[in-house]
Amino acid sequence: MTHTKKRIILNNIVMILSTLSAVIGIGFLFWILSVLVINGIDALSMTIFTEEGAPPGYEESGLKHALIGQLMIVGVATFVGVPLGILAGTYLSEYGQKSKLSETIRDISDIMMSAPSIVIGAFVYAVVVAPMGHFSGWAGSIALTIIMLPIILRTTDDMLQLVPSTLREAAFALSAPKYKVITQVVYCGAKAGILTGILLGVARVAGETAPLLFTSFNDNFLNTDMNEPVASLTVTMYNYATSPYEDWQKLGWAAAFILSMFILSLNIIGRLFIMNKKGK
Amino acid sequence: MNIFIDKFFANTTKLIAIAILLIVAWIFTVLFQHSMDSIQAFGFDFITDTKWAPNLEKFGALPAIYGSVVSTFLAMVLAVPLAIGVAIFLSELAPAKLKSPVGVSIELLAAIPSVIYGMWGLFYFVPIIRDIFGGVGISMLTAGIVLSIMILPFMAAVTRDAMNTTPDILKESAYALGGTKWDVIKDIIIPYAKAGIIGSFILALGRAIGETMAVTFVMGNVHKISADLTQPATSIPVTLANEFTEADTDFYYSSLFELSLLLLVISFTIISIAKFYFLRRKRIA
Repeated sequence: MTHTKKRIILNNIVMILSTLSAVIGIGFLFWILSVLVINGIDALSMTIFTEEGAPPGYEESGLKHALIGQLMIVGVATFVGVPLGILAGTYLSEYGQKSKLSETIRDISDIMMSAPSIVIGAFVYAVVVAPMGHFSGWAGSIALTIIMLPIILRTTDDMLQLVPSTLREAAFALSAPKYKVITQVVYCGAKAGILTGILLGVARVAGETAPLLFTSFNDNFLNTDMNEPVASLTVTMYNYATSPYEDWQKLGWAAAFILSMFILSLNIIGRLFIMNKKGK
Repeated sequence: MNIFIDKFFANTTKLIAIAILLIVAWIFTVLFQHSMDSIQAFGFDFITDTKWAPNLEKFGALPAIYGSVVSTFLAMVLAVPLAIGVAIFLSELAPAKLKSPVGVSIELLAAIPSVIYGMWGLFYFVPIIRDIFGGVGISMLTAGIVLSIMILPFMAAVTRDAMNTTPDILKESAYALGGTKWDVIKDIIIPYAKAGIIGSFILALGRAIGETMAVTFVMGNVHKISADLTQPATSIPVTLANEFTEADTDFYYSSLFELSLLLLVISFTIISIAKFYFLRRKRIA
């Protein structure tokens, strides 16, 4: 066998192996997705949105409590985390730039983005739940805010740096003060990117379960008092899925489906923003 | 007036940026303070003792550490070859028409919450493991496999990105010399993107070791070290998720905090190695 032939055969073997692993990997992922969609659609019904949790065996049970709870917990986290993250990101890109302080903050945020979220839950338990003496929706929101901050900060930082410095210089030449340059020129230039960062940040924390387990805890009924334990889709999903009752498991799949669709749409919308921007 | 607002804006943003560093420092301090009881009582035995018996006030974390290490190792062994395969497929093999839709769906799958991977594992994968290996199906092996599938999209996407950084001109030169695709991959792309590829594997490792929800469903939270992978086991995050709300004594509570601290230190170290040692160059982007 000639050397060339050997190389061609080896090449073909590797190409087949690689395609095979792609098929296996993608196959598994689509298996999960199809399981999610089939079970989710099967479990969906109007009562999901209109009824609260019920003991197993009840006809009229739904996820209204978890949906509203989830919106409240993630909503508060977004409301606090987004402005703080954007402002901190603004400092890095516009004021600190390549200073040692900025670089350190960037590094630490990068690490925190991948740090285990359950540890954040333990931290919030220690500083919020334990002193208060009870689980609360606020504690859940605080945990999610801490997880969201580095994501928003880093994307804002990256997106602001993409704005050409000539734009800033032009505004400065018109004797605009720096804060005006930032809020009226730089932010405008980076609008789409920052928005994408926000959407991805919200999508990321919306799927978090571990930090909520011992902060916002759970509640089987509708509770809009953030000072009390509040149900979330993720924790409800966990509790229902691990229960032995078939109707609860079904509700768990419905929760999984609704949550995934929400997160996927945020991701897709975020991508579209960035793509539009590139198209221009 | 403008000068005042200007100063105010600059200082506010700076304050918030610094606050992030302070929060991280605060997390370490709080976890350390709350683990003091356990650190003083058990000392170094905490990480070498194999007995975790809350009713006897005996806390040895070795089974949990062992579980974290083994399940993550299993996940890496399974996910790395698959991720490389997917990445090669996406960056070099797939026809242009497939590249972008498959690539985007992999990235989207990386965004699916891990709790859903865990749920899938519990309902669909545990029975398969039970049928093949016997036992309950809730085991170290199941956890490793579910974990590998959970990190696969993330790993494949970053590996592909690393491979894509290879300049076309280098690849074209190699093709012009008569190289096959495999020649180009092993002699041009992999050497060029080596740091990025290894960095993304280590980053995935850092995420996998702290992953809670994908494994909590399928691991069983049994504090025993067993060489048999088909036996139920536990890991640090699984122990935390299952027992945190049950801690009724100071030592129990404090031991769980020491576990959290341990987990944070381990993943912080792994992620730092990935970021600082291998992925430094990405800072330019």
